[in-house]
Amino acid sequence: MTDARWLADPQVRRGAVITSWVVLVAVLGPWLAPHAPTAMVGPVYGPPTAGAPLGHDFLGHDLLSRLLSGGVSVLWMSVAAATLALLVGGSLGLLAGFSRRRLDQAISWAADVSLAFPDLILVLLIVSMLGRAPWLIVLTVAIAFTPGVIRLARGSAVAVAGQEFVEAAQMMGYSRWRILFNEILPNILTPLLVHFGNMLTWAVGMLSGLSFLGYGVAPPAADWGLMINENQAGLLVQPLAVLAPALLIAVFAYGTNILAEGIGRVSARIGEKQP
Amino acid sequence: MTAAVKIASDVLQVSDLRVELAGQVDVLADVSFSLAAGEIVGLVGESGSGKTTLATALLRHARQGARITGGHIAVAGQAVLELEGEALRLARGGLVGYVAQDPATALNPALRIGALLRETVLAHLPKLPGDAVQQRIQETLVDVGLPDDAAFLRRFPHQLSGGQQQRVMLALAFVLRPRLIVLDEPTTALDVSTQAHVLDTLKRLCRGHGVAALYVTHDLAVVRDLVDRVMVMYAGRLVEVTGRERLFSAPAHPYTRALLAAIPDIARRQPLQAIAGHAPAPGQRPAGCAFAPRCARRRAECAVIEPSLSALDAGHQVACLVPHREVLPRGDVAVESVTAPGEGVLLEVQGLDVAYDRQVLFDVSLQVAPGECLALVGESGSGKTSLARAIAGLGENVQGQLRYGGEPLAFSARQRDARLRHQIQYVFQNPYRALNPCQTIAQTLSAPLAHFFGVRGDEAHRRVEAVLARVSLPARVAGLYPQSLSGGERQRVAIARALICEPRLLVCDEITSALDVSVQASILALLRGLQGEGLAVLFVTHDLGVVRAIADRVLVLRRGRVVEEGSVEQVLGWPVDDYTRTLVAHSPRLHLGG
Repeated sequence: MTDARWLADPQVRRGAVITSWVVLVAVLGPWLAPHAPTAMVGPVYGPPTAGAPLGHDFLGHDLLSRLLSGGVSVLWMSVAAATLALLVGGSLGLLAGFSRRRLDQAISWAADVSLAFPDLILVLLIVSMLGRAPWLIVLTVAIAFTPGVIRLARGSAVAVAGQEFVEAAQMMGYSRWRILFNEILPNILTPLLVHFGNMLTWAVGMLSGLSFLGYGVAPPAADWGLMINENQAGLLVQPLAVLAPALLIAVFAYGTNILAEGIGRVSARIGEKQP
Repeated sequence: MTAAVKIASDVLQVSDLRVELAGQVDVLADVSFSLAAGEIVGLVGESGSGKTTLATALLRHARQGARITGGHIAVAGQAVLELEGEALRLARGGLVGYVAQDPATALNPALRIGALLRETVLAHLPKLPGDAVQQRIQETLVDVGLPDDAAFLRRFPHQLSGGQQQRVMLALAFVLRPRLIVLDEPTTALDVSTQAHVLDTLKRLCRGHGVAALYVTHDLAVVRDLVDRVMVMYAGRLVEVTGRERLFSAPAHPYTRALLAAIPDIARRQPLQAIAGHAPAPGQRPAGCAFAPRCARRRAECAVIEPSLSALDAGHQVACLVPHREVLPRGDVAVESVTAPGEGVLLEVQGLDVAYDRQVLFDVSLQVAPGECLALVGESGSGKTSLARAIAGLGENVQGQLRYGGEPLAFSARQRDARLRHQIQYVFQNPYRALNPCQTIAQTLSAPLAHFFGVRGDEAHRRVEAVLARVSLPARVAGLYPQSLSGGERQRVAIARALICEPRLLVCDEITSALDVSVQASILALLRGLQGEGLAVLFVTHDLGVVRAIADRVLVLRRGRVVEEGSVEQVLGWPVDDYTRTLVAHSPRLHLGG
C-alpha cells in the first residue's frame, strides 16, 4: 500500500531515478570498462583522447575504466554499513523504548557515551589499529552510526508505546515480542527508513573520506574515494581524474538524500489528522 | 440613509459568505446573518459542518487550502474582507477578538501572564503610556474574575488551572475592547462547574461592554443558558436561526430536532436517537437539501430543490421545504432499566489505593453486578481513569483488593490468566489512538480470536463479520485501515475488539467524549443493547447527561475518594453530598425542570 504511494510522489521518483542511475554505473561498469582498472595503457595524466574519452590518471590507467570499476566497493560497503547500523540500532532502540526501565537506561547511556566520539575519529582509530580489511571498515562505520539509530528508534518507540492500541495489546496479554514486532515496529518503520537513506549518504561520504585519507580500500584496486586521493597531485594538469569520481559520489549522495527525504515527506502526509 | 442606520445598530453583518477549497468545492456557502451589540449568538453544528470555518472567516482567516471567495463581512461598519496588511492586523484582536478551544495550547508557555497581556495591548496601542496599560490590564483582570495583583501577573500559564487559563484567554480578548468576539468551543476542555462560571463571566462581560459574541459549539445544552439566539449549521449552510426559547421548544428544521433528540439530558432519562447516516463531506453534497438523505420527512422535491434560509415567522428562519410547525412534544418517555441487574457480584473492589508521585485514589470500594451499568463520575483529576485502569489491569502502584467472580484478581493484566483477560475488556477514550494504524480492521479484530480461542481462518472471518454487524458496521470495513474511518466508526471498531473477546465486564473510559452528539447517541444505544445481553459495564464519564442516559448506578469520585454512591434517580435527583449537588446544579441541561 505504501510503496505505490511513495512512487506517486515526484520527488521520490526523481531520487529513485538518480540513485539507480549511479547504482547501474557501479554495478554494470566492470563489464563495460574497455580496459582492466589496473592496466597502464596511456601517458601519466594524459588528456582525453579519442580512445580514452576521460584521459588517463597518475599511473597512466584509463580513467573511464577505473571510474566504471571503482563504484562497487563504495556502494556495497555503504549499503552494508547502513543496513548493519539499522538492524542493530533499530533492535536496541526498540527494546529500550518499550522496556522503559533499567534496560532503557543502560542502552541510552551507552548510546550517549558513544555519541560523544566524533564519528570519523572513531573509525580512523579502529582502522589504524586493526587494519583496513573491507569488513572491518564496514563494521566500524556501522558502529559509528548505531548510536544515532538507537536514539531515533527509541524516541519513536516511546511515542508509539504510549498509545492506547499498545496498551490494549498489553491488556490482552500478547507476548512482548509480538507487541514489539507487530504493534510497535511497523509504526516506527518510516522514520527509520528515512534515516537509512541519510546513513547511506553519510556512509558514502565517510568511506570516500577514509579512502582519501589512505585508510580505506587499498591500492591498486579502483575506488572513487581512493581515486580522488591518488590524483590530487595532478589536479591542475588532469582535473577530470579528481572531478569525475567526486561528481559520481556527489550525485549518489544527492540521489539517496532526496529519495530519503521524499519518502519522509510522503509518509508525513500519511499521518492522519487528530482532533 | 435607513440602510446606514441599520448597519450602525448591528455590530456584525455577514452576507452571502462563501469559503472554498481548491477546485471550487464549497465548505461554506450562502451564509448571511447579523449580530447586535451585546448579543450572544450560539453557532451549533457537528464536526465538519463548517462552524469553525465560519468563525475564523470573521477574522478574515481561512485554514490551509481554503479561500474566502465571496460575500461581505462588516464589523462595526468596517468591511473586514477588504482589509489588508496593517489594517487587517489591527482589526484582528482590536475589532474582532478570538478565544480558542484549548487554553492550554493557545497560551504561550514561555511568557508570564503579565507579559502576555502587555504584549497584546502594546501590539495594538503602541502609544499608550505605561500607567494606562497597567490600569487597563488590571481592570480587565478584575472583569474576568482573576486576581490583579503583581504575583498573579508574574505567573506562567502552566501554573494556572484550566478555568483560570480560559479566563486569561477572555482577558486577552477583552483587554483590547473589541466590538465582536468569536469563541470557538472555549469550554470543552473544562469541568462542568468551571464551565458554568466561565460562561457566567462571559455573559456579564458581553452585556456590560456591549460586545457581540459568536459562540461556536457542538453541544446545544451548553448554550442553553448563555445565548440569545442560536444558529444551527449543517454541511456548510445555516439551516435554522431562531431565538433560544423557540429553538428548544419548537425547532422547525428536522436536523435541529434530530440533534436535540440525540443529546443526553441530566434532567430526565429519554431514549437517545442517533441520526442515521453521515453528514456529507465538502464536495459530496447531494443535489437539493443536504440533509434529505438522513431526513424522515423528505419528499420527492427535497432531492431537487435546495431550500434557502427564509423566515418562518418573526425572528425564526429555517431552510427547509417542510419545516415542523408544531411545538416539540414534551414526551417524558421514561426508559425502563433494560434489565434488572443480575444476582450476585461480578466485580468487587475493596480499599483500593493508587499512588504515583502523589496518591490519586484513597480507599475506594465498589461492586458491579452482572448486567449492570455503573457510572464513575468525577471531574478531571478525580482519579476515575486511574480506577478504571487498575480494574483493567493497566494500573501501576495499586494496593487493595480486587475480586472478580468471587476470586481474587491480580493487579497486572500480565499476571491474570487468559480466561480473566478476555472477560474483562477496556475501551479507550481516544478512538484515534486505540487502533494500530498499520493493521486492517480484520487483522485488529482477529488477533484476539487467535490469541484467546485459537480460532483462525474461515471461522475467524465469520466471527469478525458477526462482531462488525453487532456494532452496526458494514462487513467491508474489515478490509480497511483505521485512517479511512471516522472517529465514531473507529470507536465502534474498538468496542468490537472488546466484544470479540466475549467479555463479561466492559470498562469504558470516556468513550464518547471525543465524538459528536449524534454519534455518541448511537454508541450509547449500542452499549445499552449489549447490557441487555448480560454485559456488565463500568462507564467512566464526566457528563451527567450521559450518566442519566445509560447508567443504573452512579459512583461520584472527588479527589480520589468516593463521595456518593447510589441509583441514578437518587444521586441525580436528590444528591446528598455538597459536591454532587454543585455538579448536578452546574451540568448544562436542555429542559428546565423535568
